[in-house]
Amino acid sequence: MTDAATEAPRVSTVDPAEVERFSRIAAEWWDPHGKFRPLHRFNPVRLGYLKREICAHHGRDERTVRGLDGLSVLDIGCGGGLLCEPLARLGARVTGIDPSVTNIEVARLHAAGVGLDIDYRAVTAEDLGATGVTCDVVLAMEVVEHVADVPAFLAACAALVRPGGLIVLSTINRTAKAFALAIVGAEYVLRWLPRGTHSYDKLVRPEEIEGPLQGLGFTLLDRRGVVFDPLRGNWAESTDTDVNYMVVAARPS
Amino acid sequence: MTATPERHDIVIAGGGYVGLSLALALMQALPGLRLALVDTRPPQTDPAEAAKDLRASAIAAAARRMLASLGVWDEIAPVAQPILDMTVTDSRLDDRVRPVFLTFDARTDDGEPFAHMVPNAAMVGALARALEAAGGEVIAPDAVADFDADAAGTRVRLGSGRVLSASLLVAADGVRSRLRSLAGIRTVSWSYGQSGIVTTLKHELPHEGRAIEHFLPSGPFALLPLTGNRSSLVWSEKTEIAERLIADDFLFEAELMRRVGHGLGAVEVVGPRAAYPLGLTVARDFVRPRFALAGDAAHGIHPIAGQGLNMGFRDVAALAEVLAEAIRRGEDPGAIDVLERYQRWRRFDTVEMAAVTDVLNRLFSNDLAPVRALRDFGLGLVDRLPALKRRFIGEAAGGGGDLPKMLRGQAI
Repeated sequence: MTDAATEAPRVSTVDPAEVERFSRIAAEWWDPHGKFRPLHRFNPVRLGYLKREICAHHGRDERTVRGLDGLSVLDIGCGGGLLCEPLARLGARVTGIDPSVTNIEVARLHAAGVGLDIDYRAVTAEDLGATGVTCDVVLAMEVVEHVADVPAFLAACAALVRPGGLIVLSTINRTAKAFALAIVGAEYVLRWLPRGTHSYDKLVRPEEIEGPLQGLGFTLLDRRGVVFDPLRGNWAESTDTDVNYMVVAARPS
Repeated sequence: MTATPERHDIVIAGGGYVGLSLALALMQALPGLRLALVDTRPPQTDPAEAAKDLRASAIAAAARRMLASLGVWDEIAPVAQPILDMTVTDSRLDDRVRPVFLTFDARTDDGEPFAHMVPNAAMVGALARALEAAGGEVIAPDAVADFDADAAGTRVRLGSGRVLSASLLVAADGVRSRLRSLAGIRTVSWSYGQSGIVTTLKHELPHEGRAIEHFLPSGPFALLPLTGNRSSLVWSEKTEIAERLIADDFLFEAELMRRVGHGLGAVEVVGPRAAYPLGLTVARDFVRPRFALAGDAAHGIHPIAGQGLNMGFRDVAALAEVLAEAIRRGEDPGAIDVLERYQRWRRFDTVEMAAVTDVLNRLFSNDLAPVRALRDFGLGLVDRLPALKRRFIGEAAGGGGDLPKMLRGQAI
């Protein structure tokens, strides 16, 4: 971040009962076999994709341990920090924002526990944008399908990208197949996600992300599907973007 | 006393071929990785000293490809003897003629020998020199005294008092792994009451690259070709008989001659002989948070199929690939969900191999007529079915299954 003036209001940390509650939620967020198991399973494929796209765009060696050294990365809707921590480990200066005060406390607690320095703030993209900060990479992973006004949210995200920087979004397509797999399958049949996590009419088609970004002067670099391989029990990149997909675009320098 | 721990990404305990090849693979795959290997002895990098150690191992084709991808095979090749041919017999000791039930042209489909006999010291020396060249940190002589893991990392205390902190501790400290017990991982094991006698023979006539395995009632008796007119001997006997044999020069040579036969001309024992108790030890789990077992620490198997070392290389190839991918993605290499990918990949394979080896040994260390009839029928059948034979060779060469990249000769 080019501006660290906006320190989010720290949640009261004096109440031990609250800290206790946050620790319990943090343990849930970070248990690979627990409630957030689907997200843990999903993490490797999106991390692999992010690393590759960011390294390719910023001219880094993908094989090195700290391939993102010195790059500023903003994760919008960071939750408990499942993406922020790996990116910080790769050397990026990471800021994670989330409107949920609980999520931010949980993420701070966990990062401190594993010794990672991550700037977590309980603010919205719009609020952060108002301070004028920009980053080399802006991420909004599994977020657009939960926002009220997609074009306004995309504009707020885009404003946070430094000229020459990158934006990556991932979400669920609005197709019959996505309804069958991501809502009926994941929420009702397999119970991977709580019912009501996603509602069909809030799902977003790729054009509804790419169009507004292009309108803001961004260049589209890639669109990639992510599919579940039931035999191996893991997620993999695919050309099939009917259900889960990711979009990468660059802001001109 | 609070020593400030030295921060590492990965600490490996054990400087045998498993620890060394894992360290080398990770250092080559991940520039900038902070890795330390702890061993009780400094690695033997002096070739003259190494030449005194006569022990040799069969390196399957897949493991050879891995050594090539690590850049050490060219150094090992001059002292490696390819196994070009394999003969298996089933006989009683005093059978005048040992019926040959199986002969193999011991090459895989693409003409590569299915295995090479490689002197252990040459292999370990080449790996140690390559690790040094790759900038790997070796802490020796020293040993891991104990360790404790939490969310932030594992604190590894060494016998010297040094304290290392790491994301992951890998135990490659052998079949009686002390670190495995410290981690609270239990094992399943049984012993055969047999010991394997190992030594080196020099013989008058050339072996032509042929491996010979006689399934005698007391257990397998195998001659594996080394460079020059030499062969490595692996001879299984009941433990008390094995101990008497190695204690007495005259008895040893007399019994040896009865078994070797005349195919190789005059035979002379040129190496020291030793007997190792044979058994099977498999860890119930291969991983814990921030802790992983590799090689014999995870599974010590009966050497009858010559697969112990090759399974160790499979562990290394799978673990290095899982860790390299995870670290490049920024994942915590000590996280249990990362380590479980390695366990899922290796454990089935290990249990399958241990079971097959166990059944083979029980089937062949037996003099009951019906058992002999059955196995001879089986071997004869295998000999008449070329496709099945090729599959045997393929499996013994380390192929089959979901093969890690390094065993296919690819970089990770």
